[in-house]
Amino acid sequence: MTQRQLDRIKQVMWVLSLAILAVPFVFPFLWMVSSGFKSAAEIFGQPSLIPRAWRWSNFVEVFEYQPFARQYFNSLYIACLVTGLTLVLSSLAGYALARMRFAGAGLLMLFLVSALMVPEEVTIIPNFFLMRWLGVMDTHVPLVLLPVFGPHGVMATFLMRQYFVALPRELEEAGRMDGLSRVGIWWRIALPMSRPALAAVAIITFLFSWNLFLEPLVFLSSLNNFTLPLALSNFTDPYGAPLWHLQLAATSLAVVPILIVYLIAQRQIIESFAMSGVKG
Amino acid sequence: MARASRAPWLTLKRREALEAWLFVSPTLAGFLVFFLGPLIAVVIYSMSEWNLLSGEQIFVGLANFHDALTVNPDFWHVIRNSVIFAIGLVPMNMALALTLAIALSRPRKGVVFFRTVFFAPVITSAVAWAIVWKFLLQGEGGTVNQLLSVVGIDGPNWLREPDWAMAAVIVTRVIKMVGLNMILYIAALQSIPRDYEEAARLEGASGWQVFRMVTWPLLAPTTLIIMVITSIGSFKVFDHIYLMTGGGPENGTLVLAFYIYEQAFEFFNVGYASALAMIMFVIVLALTIVQLILRQKGAT
Repeated sequence: MTQRQLDRIKQVMWVLSLAILAVPFVFPFLWMVSSGFKSAAEIFGQPSLIPRAWRWSNFVEVFEYQPFARQYFNSLYIACLVTGLTLVLSSLAGYALARMRFAGAGLLMLFLVSALMVPEEVTIIPNFFLMRWLGVMDTHVPLVLLPVFGPHGVMATFLMRQYFVALPRELEEAGRMDGLSRVGIWWRIALPMSRPALAAVAIITFLFSWNLFLEPLVFLSSLNNFTLPLALSNFTDPYGAPLWHLQLAATSLAVVPILIVYLIAQRQIIESFAMSGVKG
Repeated sequence: MARASRAPWLTLKRREALEAWLFVSPTLAGFLVFFLGPLIAVVIYSMSEWNLLSGEQIFVGLANFHDALTVNPDFWHVIRNSVIFAIGLVPMNMALALTLAIALSRPRKGVVFFRTVFFAPVITSAVAWAIVWKFLLQGEGGTVNQLLSVVGIDGPNWLREPDWAMAAVIVTRVIKMVGLNMILYIAALQSIPRDYEEAARLEGASGWQVFRMVTWPLLAPTTLIIMVITSIGSFKVFDHIYLMTGGGPENGTLVLAFYIYEQAFEFFNVGYASALAMIMFVIVLALTIVQLILRQKGAT
């Protein structure tokens, strides 16, 4: 056997074994979408990836069963708001921690690092009472405040700080010579140079908010205020048994757009997670 | 000019410090109100007994902890479940992540495709993932069992039998999250200079020997971090289990994060739930400290 043939065989073996491993990663997505098109009866019939009759009406029923469009919009606007706020606050604080000298900076860093170790589950009980006291139960306020100021926001601050620290100082010093204020330097020089870090923070923050479940579960009670993850878990008959065809159709509607964006920008998205490196 | 008119006490140094505090103040204020405050509050709650209807709060010392550690039989059952979950999940996740990373760390035709595939569940909401797997793993008529019956295997009622349910939530969680560790391992593998391997090869080392003697020791710091992150993550798992099994059957998948939620927001045992939250905090803190110590040892 020549070396070339050997390489060929190796390549085929490699692809084959990875393809087999990939089945449980891909299969749920395919089955989710295909079952979303099936009738309740067909779902439990002979398994087939291609529906016998494509029931587009499932996707209409999803919107009639509960205010799904509204819930979709809720998730979208909350995720955008959380992302925007996190970008501004984490880059401001991250910049100060990276570049400016002030008493207490070390202590502040230590303070913030400790936040990374504390799971949200630990602080959610007092936060529940805090939000009730503030009178914002069953509103979206907690779903914005807690991700922005919780461990996730701190993680974003650190990510920005690490990036700012590694940037060359010369441009900023030139900016100062030209009479730019601190805010001017941050806005006109530091931020434009930090696009990769900002993109990473934006991507992981958006997904974090979009996929959030515990907080909506604790704080929201009316259907109109639900976010997507909470809405998805809510497609049940009056006895609590899941209405699979609707649930899977709705889940497809929630997951597929994100997947499409992911497929287009996979390199950027995967890199963002590698940069943050602390989640999971 | 503004510069000339500034107050004499406002030296450049002070000005910089003032500006810095302004830059960090929103983050700091939010941190104090929504994080540090609640963290202190949870300590106080954990030593109180609450009546939610009357709003009365009585100091009870360590009674809630005593209750958890010695009285309530659920607690140790929950801890046992959490430990089983972690012991099942962490090694499987890491072994699979490393295997995938090694297979996908060198540029090759198809690498990008497979990386994209294995990472896709990471960005997918845990809710969606749990719903789909719950659907696939139903006992009768579930797709997994239907496919198993094709090859003559009579699959169990996965989510209705305690042991199978635990195995099912572990495996589906690994599939969901392994992509993240894979990426971290790939980054670490790519930072190892190729010369090391080539030198070892020239000395006649086999592929396994290169891995055992060169790659694996160089990966040790990454392995350590991944191990701690994954362990902490496994103690925090909530949504996945909430949706797939609801903690059942027979509390067979009731893990710590779920137990806290249940006690606090379904049974309104605020004091007891806060004590549980403190215990979770201590576990996570201990894991983090172990990591720091090991890392220091590695550095010297």
